[in-house]
Amino acid sequence: MSQTVATEPEPPASPPTPPSAPAQRSAFSRLLARPELGALAAAIAIFIFFFAVAEPFRSLPALSTILYASSQIGIVAVGVALLMIGGEFDLSAGVSVITAALTASMISYQFSANMWVGTLVSLVLMMAIGFVNGYLVVRTGIPSFLVTLGTFFMLQGINLGVTKIISGTVSTENVADIDGFASLKAIFASEFAVGGVTIRATVLWWLLFVAVATWILLRTRVGNWIFAVGGNADSARAVGVPVDKVKIGLFMAVAFLAWFYGQHRLYAFSTVQSGEGVGNEFLYIIAAVVGGCLLTGGYGSAIGAAIGAFIFGMTTQGIVYAGWDQDWFRFFLGAMLLLATMLNLYVKKIALTRK
Amino acid sequence: MTDTIAEHAASDLEVGSPLIEMDGVGKSYGAITALEGIDLRVGAGEVTCVLGDNGAGKSTLIKIMSGLHPHTSGSLKVDGEETRFGSPREALDRGIATVYQDLAVVSLMEVWRNFFLGSEIRKGNFPLAPMDIAGMRRIADAELRKMGIAVKDINQPIGTLSGGQRQCVAIARAVYFGARVLILDEPTAALGVKQSGVVLKYTAAARDAGLGVVFITHNPHHAYLVGDHFIILKLGRRVLDRKRSEVTLEELTAEMAGGQELAELSHELKR
Repeated sequence: MSQTVATEPEPPASPPTPPSAPAQRSAFSRLLARPELGALAAAIAIFIFFFAVAEPFRSLPALSTILYASSQIGIVAVGVALLMIGGEFDLSAGVSVITAALTASMISYQFSANMWVGTLVSLVLMMAIGFVNGYLVVRTGIPSFLVTLGTFFMLQGINLGVTKIISGTVSTENVADIDGFASLKAIFASEFAVGGVTIRATVLWWLLFVAVATWILLRTRVGNWIFAVGGNADSARAVGVPVDKVKIGLFMAVAFLAWFYGQHRLYAFSTVQSGEGVGNEFLYIIAAVVGGCLLTGGYGSAIGAAIGAFIFGMTTQGIVYAGWDQDWFRFFLGAMLLLATMLNLYVKKIALTRK
Repeated sequence: MTDTIAEHAASDLEVGSPLIEMDGVGKSYGAITALEGIDLRVGAGEVTCVLGDNGAGKSTLIKIMSGLHPHTSGSLKVDGEETRFGSPREALDRGIATVYQDLAVVSLMEVWRNFFLGSEIRKGNFPLAPMDIAGMRRIADAELRKMGIAVKDINQPIGTLSGGQRQCVAIARAVYFGARVLILDEPTAALGVKQSGVVLKYTAAARDAGLGVVFITHNPHHAYLVGDHFIILKLGRRVLDRKRSEVTLEELTAEMAGGQELAELSHELKR
């Protein structure tokens, strides 16, 4: 049958596409539909702004510091962005970073074990925390906002309580002399100079995680499923997508990245303050949203979250370089979030307009 | 577009042979009985219409056939074999595909991603094997063209298509992936007359290609255009079960509108 369902006739101006090649829009209009475009524009504007007002901002060492600050938010934000595309939140991501660091530190110190043992036990524990978060969400149907708010407070309490019982203070013992510390520090917290500029390992890890996450999202079946479970879970389930497994996997991915960043903190500072990490979960979420992830799921990108984290890094350091009061950083963060959310809603509306 | 369906339809389908047979099927959720004593037969090359108002049990019936919820009483046979589905994947693997009215597609995803969702083509069999994206774009584009659905861009979000087009993409997808039984849940409910016509033609084409079609609707006019067999549900029970030759559109409409109850009501309201 040859009738056409389109409600509007094809505009005569558009050239006929050869039947062999699928019809595609121009590169420009496809670029406009990218979720990270708004964040990229904002990042360029903020870069130019601080470049103009803060003289110390203009050096390469400053860029190195900015990238380091960005990577400290960016690593976990990659996971949080994937999870948000999959339609869920993880408010426990901030404190679970500290849980991961505390676990590795205390296991190795208390049992006089090699640091590798503590770090691997910590990995297993974090995977379990991610699994429990995901399992509770898919099994109970309680919004992930509430489930992970619960685990957030539980972990915060455990972090403080257990540390106090074991060490009698709010921080862990210095573990820098324990076997395995040096090799793990090389993985999680090394830095090296290239032409006088310090490059931190976390920056490279961060870029690697962003690349892997982007590849998974856009090129693999799992990526297709992540978009689908976030965009319309019932529809995805009806065509055979294992919705629950995808969601649990995403919570475990966040937990893995929280573990990774927790190990960085441990091997960078040798001790861990048990009360830290609170509030960082919001920074991860803001990085993802500023980077174009929809709070409602189904739309976003890992590159966008990386740009969001970079905006965060530029602003924290830029305010220092400009010699301003750091308190203004919080105001800026809130304003960015509001603007980004409005922009995202607008982009979604445009994306779904009939063409 | 008839050719497209015929091309992908399973070759062993023989008109009239039973694909799904339900015998006294019921479903209760705890103390609440949503469906009771349903006998239903879906034959190859036939359209079985299930009519009923909101709350009549239509969605429960779909959920049993499509594997979302297992039935709690009676027997369900697929190709003559006693079956109880544990997941939609199991039903799909047995060739039973469901196209839902409002959740047929994921609006923000590209047309080609929607077409292949859940059945992606991959280059390799390891967990993170890359997908054959170029191939999937080409196939999705070719299939939609053959059906006469003109999408400007196979990469545009499917939410930018019209309601009728989205339904057709969902149906085409089901047929392309080898559905033997097609369950259409209110496919014309949200559509205008012209768009409904397209969906109905496509339904008839699926039937002609030998598929068994279950057409769920509350519109007797649409049902009568394509149906071979009509079942009306009311409050979880079957109140009418006729072949096309045994029923007229007027009877169907009257029964849907309330039948005996409506007659009594009209008597009461008479001045």
